Amino acid sequence: MSNTKYILGSFADPDELMSGIDKLQANNISIYDCFTPMPIHGIEAKLGVKPSRLPIAAFCFGALGTILGFSLLYYTMAHDWPINIGGKPSLALPNFVPVTFEITILLCALGMVATFFFRNHLFPGRAPRVMDIRATDDRFILAVDARENTNHELVESLLKEAGAVEVKYNERKYISYE
Amino acid sequence: MGTHNHHHDYNFTEKFQFTGIAKILSIVGVAVGVIAIVIGLMSSDHIMVERTYANLLLMGYYFTCVCAAGTFFVALQLVTQSGWSAGLLRIPQAMSSMLPVASLILLVIVGLGLVTNNLYGHWNSEGLMDPNSPNYDSLVAGKEAFLNVPGFLIRQILFMGTYSIFAFVLAKLSYKEDLEGGLNSYKKSFKLAAIFLVIFGFTQPIWSFDTVMSLEAHWFSTMFGWYNFAAMWVCGLATIIIILILVKKAGYMAWVNENHLHDLGKLLFGFSIFWTYVWFSQFILIYYANIPEETVYFYKRWEPEYKPWFWLNILINFLAPLLLLVDRDAKRKQSLMLFVAILLLCGHWLDYYIMIMPGTVETERGFGFVEIGTAIGFVGLFTFLVMSKFSKHAIAPKHQPFMEESLHHEI
Repeated sequence: MSNTKYILGSFADPDELMSGIDKLQANNISIYDCFTPMPIHGIEAKLGVKPSRLPIAAFCFGALGTILGFSLLYYTMAHDWPINIGGKPSLALPNFVPVTFEITILLCALGMVATFFFRNHLFPGRAPRVMDIRATDDRFILAVDARENTNHELVESLLKEAGAVEVKYNERKYISYE
Repeated sequence: MGTHNHHHDYNFTEKFQFTGIAKILSIVGVAVGVIAIVIGLMSSDHIMVERTYANLLLMGYYFTCVCAAGTFFVALQLVTQSGWSAGLLRIPQAMSSMLPVASLILLVIVGLGLVTNNLYGHWNSEGLMDPNSPNYDSLVAGKEAFLNVPGFLIRQILFMGTYSIFAFVLAKLSYKEDLEGGLNSYKKSFKLAAIFLVIFGFTQPIWSFDTVMSLEAHWFSTMFGWYNFAAMWVCGLATIIIILILVKKAGYMAWVNENHLHDLGKLLFGFSIFWTYVWFSQFILIYYANIPEETVYFYKRWEPEYKPWFWLNILINFLAPLLLLVDRDAKRKQSLMLFVAILLLCGHWLDYYIMIMPGTVETERGFGFVEIGTAIGFVGLFTFLVMSKFSKHAIAPKHQPFMEESLHHEI
């Protein structure tokens, strides 16, 4: 039993990566993930990636912002210290729109960034986890879970056949490059 | 990327067949409109005549705005070198090609309205500018340098004439490209489009000040031009979407798919929000400052006969697209997009109604055969003219340099 955790196919061309996905899928080999230096059209559909749930987080943070913004205005303008401005009621709703809107947008944006960072293990000062450093540069990486797919020779030959320039057997999931 | 080597067998030179029920209905629409307008103008009731003029102005302005939005769409795609839209460019181009006709109709309407005193009476009545007259109005007199009949007519002719020339030349260059290929037409169009956008950006607000805002000459808002631009752009996009979906349903333009519709949907959604933003910006400043010379505009619109419609305007033009189009998949569904686009066209009719009626017929407003008939007439005329033009040329600009990109558009 080898200690290989992941088999990585390293491609130099996105079209070859796509054909690699097709070949593996045709042989019922499950794909763990793909890492590419640029977006590739149609790859999500091919891999069956589910739509991001980030919009749900965005909605929740936005709703929180609306409530906080409105509460702030209600408390200061209408409840704690009502002031007569131009003869209008202290709870003059149109006046509340800009601030409520801005706080909604602020919390929505900051919350979305925070959620994205949290979900992707990205924090300032923290070393990002990557499976192959060249996926951030010039290589298109296709990762296969070696424990789930035990026929490693078949995986390697399919990857090579599709045009992989390099096939790696990694014993650790993420590389460390600090 | 896998689509790189995919060969298509689309027929870009095919022509749309504008026949059958669509053509008959559009002609019937024009007939209904003509009857309604003639009855309205022949009426012995002065208010009815004025109401007919106000409706003519409303629909004439609406018609011109939608056609101008077509020109703006074409110019914008050229200047931003957008590829996605190349396959459907002939639709806004057909709208744009009818801008000269629409401009002429609007010019006749405002000209007649001015002469017969049925429109623009707020600044074009006897003695308004004469200090010795009992009708003297110092506020309007102070605006004489801008609000005078020759200046008004010259600006109308100059602005709409310039837009029309650009619309005509841009369409002509595109048809020339079909025959000759190469990049000559594209390069020329690019330059013309850039010049057009600068001219349009600076003059369109003034054009809307003249045509609509001057109906209530005491009041002014620097936001009004942007507000009208946003309305125009939303109407133009909604019209493009409707034509596109109906043309697709008739079995044409197989290369335009849900990805292109999604992009149009994003524009429609985004600019509906933008319309709200400008509408609200204009409203909030006046509400907040509460200065009588400014609030008079909204005071009139908060009278009982307008107030429900005033709020319905926001409901249709803001809340409906916000809730219906916010979802990604919603923008990719033909039936839903068709519904929202039609709803927004109705909503912006109401928007123009609320801009125009309180300044013209004031409390004598109505919603009857004149309003409905005029609207049907102009929709029929628009459909007849634009679809006839659309059916005269190849359905897509096959030599457009971004055509290939448009075919592979995916979002």
